[in-house]
Amino acid sequence: MKILYFAWLRTKIGCAEEEIELPNTVQTVGEVLDYLRSKGGAYADSLGDDKVIRVALNQEYAQQDDKVSNADEFAIFPPVTGG
Amino acid sequence: MIRVQAENFDVGAEINALSQGNTAIGGICSFVGLVRDFQHTKEDTNRVSAMTLEHYPGMTEKKLVEIEQIARKRWDLEDVLIIHRYGRMEPGENIVLVVTASAHRKVAFESCEFLMDFLKTKAPFWKLEEDDTGAGSWVDAREADNTAALKWKDQSV
Repeated sequence: MKILYFAWLRTKIGCAEEEIELPNTVQTVGEVLDYLRSKGGAYADSLGDDKVIRVALNQEYAQQDDKVSNADEFAIFPPVTGG
Repeated sequence: MIRVQAENFDVGAEINALSQGNTAIGGICSFVGLVRDFQHTKEDTNRVSAMTLEHYPGMTEKKLVEIEQIARKRWDLEDVLIIHRYGRMEPGENIVLVVTASAHRKVAFESCEFLMDFLKTKAPFWKLEEDDTGAGSWVDAREADNTAALKWKDQSV
């Protein structure tokens, strides 16, 4: 799965984009976030419960229970501040 | 029409181009967002010396098109233009332009406000402020922006 990071998540995690192979047990947006947190370090810090983040799945805002597949584009970012 | 671009834009030229040749337009409303050189609090003496707008190419365009479509469904609009810049800009520079054109002013005013409220909460842009010491900090989202976007939910226009 292609994972994109924006704004402070990009700088904290240290990359804008990465490709990860999801284990079969990871099937929802919430499980992808858990899987990333399990990698520890900057992932665990950036995606901690105290952080407010948004997820977009294939460029649409997504919810925790939405189903995911390895072919999806998964983006993680803070609440938007444009305009 | 929507445009996402790094380069600045000329507000007058954009409005003229939009109204040219469409005599059904009776009123045009525009909103221009600028980079301001502000202090966050009275105690904060650091001024913003520049701002960098990051965005999510692809999703940005998709969301702006959606927002335009919602406005066109809700109001009888002759034309809509949304231009949003990305990249580094300095105080006084334009960030965003929203123009709505309609037969009557109420529709133009309301839809322009709606577009800005929605854009601020849905379009994937993030502001990084640089102060005069060169330090950068990501701007936090404001609860007031969410409240502003929510008001359009229960209001029938």
